[in-house]
Formats: sequence, structure tokens, C-alpha cells
Amino acid sequence: MEKQQLKGEPSEMTELRGLYSLWLREVKRYLRDRIRIISGIITPILWLFIFGTGIRFAGAIGNLNYQQYLFPGIVGQTLLFTSMFIGISVIWDREFGFMKEILVAPVSKVSIFFGKMLGDSTDALIQGTIVLLLGTLLGILKDPIVFLQLLPIMVLMTFGFVSLGLTIASFIQNLESYGIIVSFVNMPLFFLSGALFPVNGANVPNWLQTISAFNPLTYGVDALRQITLGQEWYPVFSFYYDILIVLFFDIAMIIIGTLALNRRK
Amino acid sequence: MIGKLAILPSKDQKFRSVMGIHFYSAVTIPIYFEAGCSENMAAVIETFELTRRFGELTAVDRLNISVDHGEIFGLLGPNGAGKTTTISMLCTILKPTSGTAKVNGFDIIKNANQVRKSIGIVFQDPSVDDRLTGRENLFLHANLYDVPTSEQKTRIDNVLKLVELEDRADDILRTYSGGMRRRLEIARGLIHYPKVLFLDEPTLGLDPQTRDHIWTYIKELKERHDISIVLTTHYMEEADRLADRVAIIDYGKIVALDTPTKLKKTLQGDVITISTKDPEKLSSVLTKKLEIQKTRIIGDKLELTAHDGAELLPKVVETADENKMKVEAVVLREPSLEDVFLHYTGRAIRAEESNERHGEAAIKRRTIRND
Repeated sequence: MEKQQLKGEPSEMTELRGLYSLWLREVKRYLRDRIRIISGIITPILWLFIFGTGIRFAGAIGNLNYQQYLFPGIVGQTLLFTSMFIGISVIWDREFGFMKEILVAPVSKVSIFFGKMLGDSTDALIQGTIVLLLGTLLGILKDPIVFLQLLPIMVLMTFGFVSLGLTIASFIQNLESYGIIVSFVNMPLFFLSGALFPVNGANVPNWLQTISAFNPLTYGVDALRQITLGQEWYPVFSFYYDILIVLFFDIAMIIIGTLALNRRK
Repeated sequence: MIGKLAILPSKDQKFRSVMGIHFYSAVTIPIYFEAGCSENMAAVIETFELTRRFGELTAVDRLNISVDHGEIFGLLGPNGAGKTTTISMLCTILKPTSGTAKVNGFDIIKNANQVRKSIGIVFQDPSVDDRLTGRENLFLHANLYDVPTSEQKTRIDNVLKLVELEDRADDILRTYSGGMRRRLEIARGLIHYPKVLFLDEPTLGLDPQTRDHIWTYIKELKERHDISIVLTTHYMEEADRLADRVAIIDYGKIVALDTPTKLKKTLQGDVITISTKDPEKLSSVLTKKLEIQKTRIIGDKLELTAHDGAELLPKVVETADENKMKVEAVVLREPSLEDVFLHYTGRAIRAEESNERHGEAAIKRRTIRND
């Protein structure tokens, strides 16, 4: 037994078990953090219930109920914000030494990245699902099939954003800077994504439309909205084009993230 | 048991390390070697001109050491001497600038993964996840190191027993004291049955009682298991009590290497410390009349090194009396590793203080986070 282990290259089973245990760790840490879960419930309520109701009665977008319009945007926002925020765990791990335990373990760098990325994505997706449940409770999301159709798109969106967060965190030394940089990244991505207002609206200036085309969140939110609103919504891009761009963003960010997280000095 | 220092790897040693690959890969742990084998025992670690530079600074300078199977090897030196850098390279966290090393017969550059599987590490700074329980930390480690699932539970129970943490195993680590965390880290380093265990300053920043506890564990480990241990420390006492051989490292170079006893013998004498009002004057008086190897003045104390301290002591007091000099207190002791260090490097290990603070800071940081 020992003989084989020492002689052979790491087996696939080892890699999978290492990956699984790193995933489990991230999820356990998240589930033990009650404040994060509570804030994950309260923030979307504020957006949907207060902001959504206010704008709905102050001025509607076409024939749409603004809350109906806003809902996919808030799902996207939740995924983006939690994904990016979770990247901070890399800095925690480095600061408090646990990163060394991982980096010196006999598992490949790819497994380390995927363990962490999938664990953090699970956390973000739990937050996203909470928003879907809230939407159901508030009567915005009525069809359970729509609920299920949204999930795979949310998974795709999360992978890219979590990888982006992990990449940024790999280059930042301290917690304070990370918080500042993440809000610098989050805000423009959020505002320029069509989450709050249609970027393809009739009177929206060209420059704003152009910038939003470079924003991965635009495509994710557009795809989500095509599912929740169906025929009522005039899509920014075709559904498959949206998915393709998000997928491309995922692959690029996963590659960059793997390299960034495992930089060896 | 006690091997010789390899200043340069001889042909003979290379041959032994070839034997080593064969030998270790065939072993299942824990196994006990028969007496008589030790003469031909291969080195578990050999370094070949191992060097690491950080910009202008050469942290480790063409290091050639070999660590024998089954021994506790101490790397003793002040903060910044290159101890941690050496260990980091041997653990494959840090790439050498030049040179290389073999750990359990595996090259640290070419076979990093095999090296990693065959070693255990207890880092200088804490490296456990304090949001998980003790047991969860151990399971995580067992999975990362490919411990068969069927054996994980038994092994974890065993190591927990070894460090006496069974009762606290299911508590979140945040509730552990510094010493308990340290013990858990030692337990963690053992789950995958490493052939070499690296302990980087294992008792840094711990209280004397806990330190004593951990020393006992380390000694027991070596006696009960087939394991070699490399230990870095700047505590003289730690090196003296634990290490079979001690390498004194300063500015990235080994300045002395031998058993603690032999190192102390190289000083050829005992140390007499005299408290007096005018140590300079007393020094000149005594050296004229008596046979003294070396004198040194530290504040209002005079330190003498002499072959036979017990015989010299009454004469010292007598001579001082004759010259009407008052001797306030006299202490006679055998040389310590501290004296050895001073002898070879020309200075005392002064890093202790700053290092201590560093350890405290690490614990404090955790406390802040916990709140």
C-alpha cells in the first residue's frame, strides 16, 4: 500500500478526495457563519421590497411591473457580490496560515483551485437560491419550472465571478484593500449590467450600451431575464449568445484563477 | 545512531542514498529496525550545496548536511539565520536558488510530490482552520494526504490520544488554547505516517509547562515510532534536551555540528561567573595568577572559562581576597549550548526577545479574529 503511494504519481482518487475535502471545508465554514446567511436574506429583501416597490410606483418600465423586471437583476447582483466577497477567504487563509497546509499537501494545483472554487460557488449559490425563495414568497416568481430553469444559468454565472474574486484576492495582501477593490469592481459591474434598468432601452445613450457589452454580468442577467419574463421581455442578445459569453468568461477566469492562486514565490 | 557530518557528499553517501530509495519504498510504517542495522543506515535527508537567495541576501549558503535515519536533528540559530528557509526548501514550499536536496531518497525539485507525501510539517506559525473542529481539521488533512478512508478514523483517534486531545476533538478550534492548537498541529503532522517530521520552532511563544509537555511528546514519538525529526529552534534548552545532533547555523551557514555533549566539550572547560564591583580589575588580577582559558565581562559580572572549574573556584575567591576585592556571588556551571553558540558565532542568541513577540503577535491576531 505504502509502496505504491510513494512510487506512483498521485492517483485520480487522491485528487478527487483532496478536492472534495477542500469543498467541504468551504461549505462548513459558510454554514457556520450565521451573519453571512442572515445578511444574504436581508439585502435582497431591501432591494426587491423597498427599492423595487418604490421604483415600481414612481415610474414603470414599459408595461412591465418593475419588481418583475428587477428580480433577475437582484439574483445576478447577489451572485456577483457574494462570489466576489468570498474571495476574501484566500486572504484569510494566507494571513492565518492555513494556505500553507493546502499548498504543501500532495494534491495538484488544479485540485486546490477547484476545491476552493467549487466550495465558494456552493456558498454563493445557496445565497442565490435564497433570493429565488424570497422571490417566490413575494409572489414575483410563480412557476416552479422557471425556478429550476434559472439554477443552471446561476451555476455558470457563479463559477466565473468566484474565479474572478479568487484571482483578485491572490494579488492583494491585506483585507482592507480587498474590500475597497472589490467594491470598485462590483459597483460598475452591477450598474452597467441591466440589473436595475434596461441597457437596451430606447433612450439609453450609446456609450453606456457599449460599455455594458463588455460586462459579463450583462449576459448573465439577460439570460436570467429571458427565462423569468419570457415573451414580455425584449432580449439584449440571443439566449445562446448570452450563455456562450458567460461560458467563455468562466473558462478564462478558471485558467487565470488557477495560475494566480498557485503562484510560487 | 549518531552519524557523521557530511561536509561534502562522498561517493559512499551517494551509494547509501541509492540504497535509501530501495529501502524506504519497501517499508510499511510503523516498523522497527533491528539493532545493528544502524551502522549502514541511509541518510533520510541529504543536501547538496543547497542555496537560497532573496535578492542580495543569501539566506542559506551552500548547505551540505545529512540527517540520519531515526535521529532528532536540531537546527539551532538566531532569528533570520536561515532555519525556516532551509526547512521550506526541504518541504518543497520554496525553490532553491541553486543546489538541491534529497528527502527520503526523493529529489526536492524533481519529485516534489513524493517528498510531500513522505513528510509531515509543523509550521512555525499556526496553520489550522479555526472554524473547524479539531477532528475536522484532521480528516481534512487525512484526505489531502491520501490516507485510506477505512483507516482514517482509527488513525485520527490514535493521534488525538497521543497529544491528549480526545476530549476536545469535537470543539471548534477557536476555543483551543495556543498550546492545544500546537499539539493538534503535531498530531496532524503524524496522520499520514510521515518518515520525516519537520518541526519549525515547535514551542515558540508557549508557556513553560506546555513547552515541557510538547518536549515529552516529541521524545516519545521518536522512541515509539520509526520516524526521523528535524527541529529548528532558537531555544538552547530545547536543542539540548531533544536533539541527537545539533547544527549551529548562522548567516545561512553551518558553523558547528555535533552531539550537544560533544559541542559543549569543544569549549574545554567550565564556566565560572563572578559578581563583583570592578570586574575589569578582578579579571586582570586573576589572569596573572591563575590558569584561565578565557575571560569575558558582562555588565558587573566576570565570566571565566577553565578546565577544572571546581578546583579553580576556591583559588579565585582566595586571590580576590588577597587583593582586597569583594566577591559578591559566584556561580559554577558546565558549559551550555548558549556558550557553544557564543563561541562559534561571537554573539549571543539575541533574537529570542523579538521572536517571542512575533509569536505573541500571531496568537493575538487570531484572538482579534475570533471576537
